[in-house]
Amino acid sequence: MKHIWLWLPLGLFVLFFAVVANGLINPADRVIMSTMIGKPAPQFSLPSAVDGLPGVGVANLRDGKPKLVNIFASWCIPCASEAPMLEQLAKQGIEIHGIAIRDRRQDLDRFLARYGNPYARIGADNDAKAQISFGSAGVPETFVVDGKGIIRYQIAGDINPSNVGDLLTALKAAK
Amino acid sequence: MIAEIGLAFLWLAGVLAGLQLIIGAIGLRTDRAEMMAGVRPIAMVQGILVGLSFWCLVAVFMQSDMSVKLVALNSHSAKPMLFKFAGTWGNHEGSMLLWVAVLGVSSGLIAAFERALKYRTHIATLAAQAAIALGFYGFLIFSSNPFERLNPVPLDGQGLNPLLQDPGLAFHPPTLYFGYVGISVAFSFAVGALIERDVGPAFARAMRPWVLGAWIFLTLGITAGSYWAYYELGWGGWWFWDPVENASLMPWLAATALLHSVAVLATRDGLRAWTVMLAVVAFSMSMVGTFLVRSGILTSVHSFAVDPTRGGFLLALLVLYIGGAMALFALRVGTVREGNQFDLMSREGALVINNLLLSVILSIVLVGTLYPLVTEAMGQKISIGAPYFNSAAGYPALLLVVIMIMGPVMRWRRDEFKAVMQRIALPLLATALMLLGLVLARPDVGILPFLGLLLAVGVGVGSFAPLWKRNLRRTPLFTYGMVIAHFGIALSLGGMASESGFIKEKLVAVNIGESNTVGPYTVKFLKIEPVAGPNWTAMEATLEARRGDGEPMILRPQARMFSNPVTPTNEAAIGTVLDGQLYLNIGEPTPDGRWQLRMWWKPYVTFIWLGGILVALGGFLSLIGRAVREKSARARKASPEPFASGDILV
Amino acid sequence: MIWRTLLAVLLVIASPAAADSLLPDAEMANVQLSDPAKERQAKALMETIRCLVCQGQSIADSDADMAADMRALIRQRIDKGEAPESIRAWLVERYGSWVSYAPPASTITSPLWVLPIGFFLIGLVLVGGRLKVKRKK
Repeated sequence: MKHIWLWLPLGLFVLFFAVVANGLINPADRVIMSTMIGKPAPQFSLPSAVDGLPGVGVANLRDGKPKLVNIFASWCIPCASEAPMLEQLAKQGIEIHGIAIRDRRQDLDRFLARYGNPYARIGADNDAKAQISFGSAGVPETFVVDGKGIIRYQIAGDINPSNVGDLLTALKAAK
Repeated sequence: MIAEIGLAFLWLAGVLAGLQLIIGAIGLRTDRAEMMAGVRPIAMVQGILVGLSFWCLVAVFMQSDMSVKLVALNSHSAKPMLFKFAGTWGNHEGSMLLWVAVLGVSSGLIAAFERALKYRTHIATLAAQAAIALGFYGFLIFSSNPFERLNPVPLDGQGLNPLLQDPGLAFHPPTLYFGYVGISVAFSFAVGALIERDVGPAFARAMRPWVLGAWIFLTLGITAGSYWAYYELGWGGWWFWDPVENASLMPWLAATALLHSVAVLATRDGLRAWTVMLAVVAFSMSMVGTFLVRSGILTSVHSFAVDPTRGGFLLALLVLYIGGAMALFALRVGTVREGNQFDLMSREGALVINNLLLSVILSIVLVGTLYPLVTEAMGQKISIGAPYFNSAAGYPALLLVVIMIMGPVMRWRRDEFKAVMQRIALPLLATALMLLGLVLARPDVGILPFLGLLLAVGVGVGSFAPLWKRNLRRTPLFTYGMVIAHFGIALSLGGMASESGFIKEKLVAVNIGESNTVGPYTVKFLKIEPVAGPNWTAMEATLEARRGDGEPMILRPQARMFSNPVTPTNEAAIGTVLDGQLYLNIGEPTPDGRWQLRMWWKPYVTFIWLGGILVALGGFLSLIGRAVREKSARARKASPEPFASGDILV
Repeated sequence: MIWRTLLAVLLVIASPAAADSLLPDAEMANVQLSDPAKERQAKALMETIRCLVCQGQSIADSDADMAADMRALIRQRIDKGEAPESIRAWLVERYGSWVSYAPPASTITSPLWVLPIGFFLIGLVLVGGRLKVKRKK
């Protein structure tokens, strides 16, 4: 065997080591984020999910004001824990549109009665089509959408003190 | 108390492994007989101690001793006894201890019973085994202690993942670990041979039974794993190109190449560097597999819950063993005298192409499994699955199958193309007929199943070619081994192609009394009722499947809910007949009271695993056949490998 | 006191982190299309789309709600006549290449195909050196 080829296996192992060591030191974030950031919000139009509040569609997102789109469900435990944060944001005058995933009317009513209702609109997304078109992979998730209907920012998971600051910054930037 | 005793045994065994290594290394270096004489007894005691340590762990699991952290996290008192036992290795620490125990016990067995090896090689092998074991003793004791206590003691444990509560758990991991340990012995041989500069037929003949044995276990382990996933996961898939599955496939590919290579070295004194390299690669792949499964670096349904510090420790061991061995290879193999040369058109030539293709497939699986890590480092998340692997690995594999038709009938050293073609006239004819049949029938299958069916027929007939024109009673057992193993491959390939190409699926929502058809079967939904087991409750459906005028089959799929941990599972009902399987699964009820029923008719799917078993059987016959040949040769004081014979391989 | 907390912790770990939806699966998630050719197309696509909430399964092999919703979406769009690759591209546009088990063909992923061919060629070179060249007498 020619001399140089003898070192090929070791060389390949060094390559392997580099790849794998990097994977250990910088482990991948397992959360799948939406790749719609910077793109226009998708076409969607959802019927009303609760009495008293209208449904929501893409037209409502293009009204010139930046707003939050909150994807949630009554059966989702972290959604309950982020409810107080949403209340606070709503009190600050931020418009929040809700997309309820696979929910029954009575369960939603109970959820909102118990945890408060910060939403201006809530759409019923019983087959998760709108959720998928946003590139959302679970509940709860929150998107910042600017006045022109462009998606600007995403929080995957619940809103809590550690990320609400970034959310507000993103909201301000979306003006 | 038992846990502390188990930990003490583990420590003692680890210390003895260190001693085994030191005494062995120094004894070999300085050629001191008194030192070398100590190695074998130490190895035997080490084997006993680590075996006892493992039994201590089994004992705390069987007793459901919740004061041991591992038991509390992975077991539960209501679990059936078989799963309390097998659950010992249904977690990272326990399975690691099992691995080390198999390693230690087999070292002890080598020390006690191995007679055919040269003395110095025997000691070198035991020293190398001790070196491997030492790293893993350290890993266990300092980073994955299975005997760690939990204080305060919980009332009961969190239970074993219901998907693992299956007889498959008792069989699949230990079988694979026996395989990996056998590979490590072959690796130790190779390292010893490189150090002693003794790479020749004698070395190959000593290594061959270990390679064969390990390969048989790996084949059985992978076959069992595939069947287990098939019936357990509820959707009828038998291979997912999941990282952990690939982690077991890669050592098998390397071991298959090694197995063929070591035979050439033993018979023809060729392929010296390839054989040593493949032994190192096979062991490296099993180490890489261990690393991938336990480091958490890749997502998989099969991986253990882990943390990155363990991954770091394992990576360090990898660098030590694999890096060290490959450096040794580069430095030493050049000084190994070249073996005999041969033509491309010869048995050796075919085996070289065989090794080449197996290595290419191995590299494809390795690159495909790891590549998401590479793109991740560049900021992009991708997934690599069946669409890539099936074509990238599938076509080279089909090419390999073509070589498999030709190779076994070729002469050593040099052969003529026309003569070879004449010898395989019948398989070629069979393939041509199959091609005609497929073209006429125009089945709506993809190109890979099409080629798979074609070549399965070709190899199926071709695998018997070495037996034609022979006196069957005087044909050596290892020839039958080769024939059966190759036929097993054909059977497996045929099963894979048939299932992929001709599977029929039906999804329906049924009411009681309704019938639906799938494939040749009419399935009637008779009733559904709640049933209970030791740690689960379920809705069990009773379905009657009829085919033409035949006897009806009663199948009872279940939708189960386990209690500890609370997990829903699907227990599929499978009806096996000669030409395939009917696979039924019951799902959720619809709002209007009908039940979701998933039905599949899978033609010849059983051939996949039957083929795997035949492959292992062929290996076993070869193993016995070679042992018989060696014994009779020793008795006649003759060489067991007369080089002139144009005869058979493994 | 401490063991009660530990017990509570263990019980919480043992129970699912989030409850499941009470609504049944989307309609086309578990109902096949009436046109067998279209159903085959849909099935083939489903087997290569990755489940977003699972540990490495396709949406065809998963019991998760989200996987069911994606199956329904795929069946509905194939029924309307959309090409499978267009649906795959739509999903990749939303979730990135990760959601597809077929890796994209780009400069970053080119080694996936180049490396195996390279290994094969290197192997041939290495093997060539070992072979006896037929000498014409």
